[in-house]
Amino acid sequence: MVRLFATTVIAAVALAGVTAQAGPKQGGAMVVTYKDDISTFDPAIGYDWQNWSMIKSLFDGLMDYKPGTTELIPDLAESYTISDDGLTYTFKLRQGVKFHNGRTLTPTDIKYSIERSVDPKTQSPGQGFFWQIAGFDEMASGKATELSGITTPDDHTVVIQLSQPDATFLQIVAINFAFAVPREEVEKYGLDFGRNPVGTGAYRMTEWSLGQRVVFERNTDYFREGAPFLDKITFEVGQDPSVALLRLKRGEVDVLGDGIPPANFLQEVADPANKGMIVEGGLLHTGYITLNTTKAPFDNKLVRQAVNMAINKERIIRIVNGRASIANQPLPPAMPGYDTSYKGYAFDPGKAKQLLAEAGYPDGFATELYAMNTDPNPRIAQAFQQDLAAVGIKAEIKSLAQATVIDAGGEGTAPMLWSGGMAWIADYPDPSNFYGPILGCGGAVPGGWNWAKYCNKEIDALAAKADGMAAADQAEARIDSWRQIYNKIMDDAPWVPVMNEVRFAMHSARIGGKDIFFADPIHIPVHYEYVYAKDVE
Amino acid sequence: MFRFLAGRLFQSAFILLGVTIITFGLLYLIPVDPARMIAGRSATPQTVESIRHQLGLDRSIPVQYARYLGNLMQGDMGRSYVQKARVSELIASRLPATLQLMAAAIFFELLIGLPAGIFAATRRNRPSDKAVMVFSFVGVSAPQFVVGLLLIYVFAYQLELFPLGGYGTIWHVVLPALTLGVTIAGWYSRMSRSSMVDVLRQDYIRTARAKGVTESRVVLVHGLRNAILPIVAMIGIDIGLYAQGIVVVEAVFGWPGIGQLAWLAIQRIDIPIIMGVTLVAAVGIVIGNLLADIATSLIDPRVRHG
Repeated sequence: MVRLFATTVIAAVALAGVTAQAGPKQGGAMVVTYKDDISTFDPAIGYDWQNWSMIKSLFDGLMDYKPGTTELIPDLAESYTISDDGLTYTFKLRQGVKFHNGRTLTPTDIKYSIERSVDPKTQSPGQGFFWQIAGFDEMASGKATELSGITTPDDHTVVIQLSQPDATFLQIVAINFAFAVPREEVEKYGLDFGRNPVGTGAYRMTEWSLGQRVVFERNTDYFREGAPFLDKITFEVGQDPSVALLRLKRGEVDVLGDGIPPANFLQEVADPANKGMIVEGGLLHTGYITLNTTKAPFDNKLVRQAVNMAINKERIIRIVNGRASIANQPLPPAMPGYDTSYKGYAFDPGKAKQLLAEAGYPDGFATELYAMNTDPNPRIAQAFQQDLAAVGIKAEIKSLAQATVIDAGGEGTAPMLWSGGMAWIADYPDPSNFYGPILGCGGAVPGGWNWAKYCNKEIDALAAKADGMAAADQAEARIDSWRQIYNKIMDDAPWVPVMNEVRFAMHSARIGGKDIFFADPIHIPVHYEYVYAKDVE
Repeated sequence: MFRFLAGRLFQSAFILLGVTIITFGLLYLIPVDPARMIAGRSATPQTVESIRHQLGLDRSIPVQYARYLGNLMQGDMGRSYVQKARVSELIASRLPATLQLMAAAIFFELLIGLPAGIFAATRRNRPSDKAVMVFSFVGVSAPQFVVGLLLIYVFAYQLELFPLGGYGTIWHVVLPALTLGVTIAGWYSRMSRSSMVDVLRQDYIRTARAKGVTESRVVLVHGLRNAILPIVAMIGIDIGLYAQGIVVVEAVFGWPGIGQLAWLAIQRIDIPIIMGVTLVAAVGIVIGNLLADIATSLIDPRVRHG
């Protein structure tokens, strides 16, 4: 049997929902500020939270997410089918989609674009995401010049053959690294394509003055009728966040890309003049302490559980001015698979001491806690230090530069590591993305991101099984197995999940849109395609 | 004069070579692997290895240095690891903004520092002298980002006299240049005071006064011409002093100069850019000193023939 998903309908409904309320009109402009200049708009290269969402406005992939949600919808694809064995994905392309240079999108563009990310010469940080496509190993190692698994039988079909079933594959063709780029432009600009982006997206880049501003203008040929709303978005870069806040108050700026500066946060949130301008939203983020499971005393599960009970997470939330919620499991609440019924380890220093005694450390022990050296992380580390001291653990704080801390985690030299400032933010909204690289055996290698060096073969097998459940009717069962996997992991306690950051976006009163577009889990800081200017005539 | 210049230029070339060796060495001592940074968190060890090979990072450091220097001789500073753009282009597009800011800052520091120093010197050990010196000290010690934010808040936000950061018109340059100028003017007022105090004790000044020349003419004409020498030398060194200030001030005011570029590159361990900016700053300092030497020798023949 082959399942066919009628899909343009969903997208159209999503759009209609937006257009119907308050009657936003197309037109107008918006100014967004950022502290740092943009590194690149090349979808195969860009991999920071700032350009991630901008690239999504310039380019499109086969799949996308329903605005404001983590639900997948077809984008450049019009529909798709998955074979029963979960190995063959057939995408029918939407007709008449045009690149910003006027050329019509073809299936070979899709093939070329994915292959470009896999090609070792591109040096794409996204290469590894495409491991499941047949022919990946040959191309990634430089032995082949194309992916044998991607074929284009006719003018509007792309067939992708997998080497093994992967339930996350539709997420993979929705990430930036799989976005369609026109070969002729990539070849024309070479390494400078990142500064001269040409895609199929809702916006075209029309100006980039290094260190000053980037201008996006509405793509009038965009394939979604009526989208986007704004005619023009100006990104002013190099803007100090405190100065940007002053400019927003004066009406020169509409959205603070870097958020509200921490020093002004409590004051601004409390200010009644800002009513309706500050939107709170979850991030697919968890902040955690990793406990190196390969080194004594953290090779003892009882010790790891004791540390989980010793940390007073409520105090940490106060340290960050309430800009986070308490975490008790690896997955953040906005992620499918989050277990609302899971209670986790309650704060209980007495019980922690008891467990330490049971583990053979009645008088505690001395250890090291690595943390990044930018505020508020050293203060958070000090709070951990006090909590640990209360149960007899003397932790020396190693407060270092980000790259050094990541290195210590990767090489496994850090017994305890606070992830603040380098924590995992999901690449795509699927529970498996919080496992493989940071809790699975594959990440527990030198230089890997599994800083707890946690490798449980039994759980690895369960994870592989869950991701093999690629059929649509297995989706729920699959999420359920992930839920169980994370509960099992928490029993082993390689991490102390501490908090989930909450994002507070601030925008000027003249910019409108549903709150969810200012707190979209995929598009940060705002969904550029769905917010609108209220002052359009 | 020609021999003097040639000697200086020869020295400068060696200084710059030294700068490249030291910077290159230091950057490769950092315990961070750029290939791993580029490869990202989802990369396999093979990907990291392939990137390392493509960047030539798997060669020995002397080989890498020789290659870098070879390219540099041909005007190629390499490409940014993160942005993939040419370092020379990135720097060239931002250099004019930084030069403009520095020129304006030098204007302000002289405008504030010189008169303050001369004023203090003529009122030596009196309360007004002490007051000027205290202010100089405060200026020199004040963190530039605090001064910058304060100026923005008062003059741009409250009084609305200047734009809130940014780049473009003459009005945009005033506050950032003033921030740099105020914080460095302190050095100038102290320097010009002590230099002027020395000069005013000289015999020829006493002679001038005895001739009945007016006091203002004694100070501003007879005195200043001699007292100015160390100041001119100091402007040459200024560019070095600015190297740190520019980074902070450009960040606060959103000034699209090379300080901002350097700051971002350091955060992203973008070694080719860090190398490039350091080199350009070193060239700036060397040129600044060279110009100061030439100016001094023009003003004072003793230096030239010394």
